[in-house]
Amino acid sequence: MVTRMKILIIEDDIEAAAYLAKAFREAGIVCDHASDGESGLFMASENSYDVLVVDRMLPRRDGLSVISELRRKEVHTPVLILSALGQVDDRVTGLRAGGDDYLPKPYAFNELLARVEVLGRRKGTPEQDMVYRVGDLELDRLSHSVRRQGKEIPLQPREFRLLEYLMKNAGQVVTRTMLLENVWDYHFDPQTNVIDVHVSRLRSKIEKDFDLPLLRTVRGAGYMIKDDRTASA
Amino acid sequence: MSKLGVLLRTTAVRLSALYLILFSLCAAFLVFYVTGMSERLLQQQTRDAVTAEVTQIEQVYTRAGINGLLRSLERRARQPGANLYVIAGPSGEILAGNVASLEPGLLDREGWTEKPFAYQRYTDETRQDSHVALAHVLMLDNGLRILVGRDLQEPQKFRALVRQALMVALGIMGLGALIIWFAIGRNALKRIDRMSEASTKIMAGDLSQRLPTSGSGDEFDRLSESLNAMLGRIEKLNEGLRQVSDNIAHDLKTPLTRLRNKAEAALARKGTSQRGALEEIIGESDQLIRTFNALLMISRVEAGSAAAEMSEIDLSQIVSDCVELYEPVAEDVGLRLEADVAPGMVISGNRELVGQALGNLLDNAIKYAEGAADPLIKVSLGRRDGKVVLSVADHGPGVPREKRDEVVKRFVRLDESRSKPGTGLGLSLVEAVMEMHHGVLDLAATDADGADNCKGLTVHMVFPASAT
Repeated sequence: MVTRMKILIIEDDIEAAAYLAKAFREAGIVCDHASDGESGLFMASENSYDVLVVDRMLPRRDGLSVISELRRKEVHTPVLILSALGQVDDRVTGLRAGGDDYLPKPYAFNELLARVEVLGRRKGTPEQDMVYRVGDLELDRLSHSVRRQGKEIPLQPREFRLLEYLMKNAGQVVTRTMLLENVWDYHFDPQTNVIDVHVSRLRSKIEKDFDLPLLRTVRGAGYMIKDDRTASA
Repeated sequence: MSKLGVLLRTTAVRLSALYLILFSLCAAFLVFYVTGMSERLLQQQTRDAVTAEVTQIEQVYTRAGINGLLRSLERRARQPGANLYVIAGPSGEILAGNVASLEPGLLDREGWTEKPFAYQRYTDETRQDSHVALAHVLMLDNGLRILVGRDLQEPQKFRALVRQALMVALGIMGLGALIIWFAIGRNALKRIDRMSEASTKIMAGDLSQRLPTSGSGDEFDRLSESLNAMLGRIEKLNEGLRQVSDNIAHDLKTPLTRLRNKAEAALARKGTSQRGALEEIIGESDQLIRTFNALLMISRVEAGSAAAEMSEIDLSQIVSDCVELYEPVAEDVGLRLEADVAPGMVISGNRELVGQALGNLLDNAIKYAEGAADPLIKVSLGRRDGKVVLSVADHGPGVPREKRDEVVKRFVRLDESRSKPGTGLGLSLVEAVMEMHHGVLDLAATDADGADNCKGLTVHMVFPASAT
């Protein structure tokens, strides 16, 4: 662990907030809590957080207005919006207001944790990295080629994007919904295990002829690509 | 509130009252103006006549002297309807003429009297009526004063007559307005009473009630018609809502009971085996949440709130994406997913919802065609009769013709398919999405034998013709 991530939860439901704070702390994330829009806005602009988790419906100032006000004040902390509304159009309005990610209630805590970690890391990961490396696996974003131990692995375009997203967030859990959203750009419920099938295909391609497994399934959460020999990717 | 009170509060009565007041003011102004003008005209005539006589009298006096003047005045005064003539001494005492008495001081100034004055006539001494007149006073060089005047009774009578006519006219008008108020107001009131009676019933919960219309097509009818249309919509939505809550009650009870049983079993167990049970419970609740989400989505699509997020979408792209997404799943269970997609099919729609609908169809096809003799699932997109048609055809067990309307309903799953996972909401959502896109959902058999029965299922999503 380098530095611990610090987040702010703006949520008026005290019980839910307490549960979230406890769960985040167990996951090693420092967590502050504000129970209304005004104090949340104040705390978010006065302190430095890695991620803000904002409920949409808040007393004294609603979530979306908190976000737009922060953006107006040039505070660019990544924001994850929590919402009980959870429909396509709500997602669009949420992201338009300046949110970076959107999670409808009810959600699995693992889903929230994975998204918060990815958002928090976003600041640190340079988008302009042209080559992603995990262990002996190498992905060249410019030439769209993937090599392992110097051997080229041919991938379908979608498989390439899947691997690219996993490697961009190497060492972090990404959930199935995150994959569907970021690799396929759809937000619907695919009913079946479509993502699992795609991931297992990808896995067979990048791991079949090699000893060391890189792509792991995290039970109850999603997937993570990681070189197990190093402490952190 | 009394009935009259209600009547007085109606818009018709208030408006009529306002119009009546305005009209009366205008009429009053007009009549006062007319009477005033005619009075002035008559006064002018009076003055002219008096002036002419004064000139004559002056001429008589210069020509015939005082005697001639007296004779002339005597003669003039005796004529019927004669003017007023007075000859007075220098101190103002009346010497001759046809006037009994005058206002004192009237004869002291030469020229026109400043305003009409009261006097008493000789001829009708018995009645002693006071009259009003306008007069001109002439001073002779011998100190005598001569007054020539004209009675103003005629113009005053005329004015009184006009005023009276005005009052009568206004009275009749007011009475008429009252009657019209009563008729219109009562009629309107009756219809509004009927409308509120109907709305009371509706409020009591009978949404099948409709507001009465008279068939005349007037504004009340138009109001009733649009309110009735609104009630129809509300009734439909309410019906949908009731259906959903009924379904929730029936169909969610089972998984909830299962969830509870599992939790109980987990509680009874000890140690590590609890973990597996808890994971099962989470899986079960995820399925429940998924069902709730699907239900919510359907009702929101049906309520039309997602309609705001319509834009130009490339249906060809969505179909390719979805086919690519589901292809490996199909392959894993030994099915072949084939796509025949015409390029550039652009429609107005909601990308996520169309994607979800197609996803549901593909998921169904894969679920039910698994193990079919012909493993082909064919997705095709093209134009037919100017409409954009997206079809998913499988060779699974199909849906019997008589059940095709049924399977679209919420939570309806054919008996033999209960073993497959699913919410029973897939096709309901597809239908809701098609309705939102003003399209049609059409179920048919894939291999149409003579009976069009049970040979695979083909689902057509028929979108209305697009601009391109």
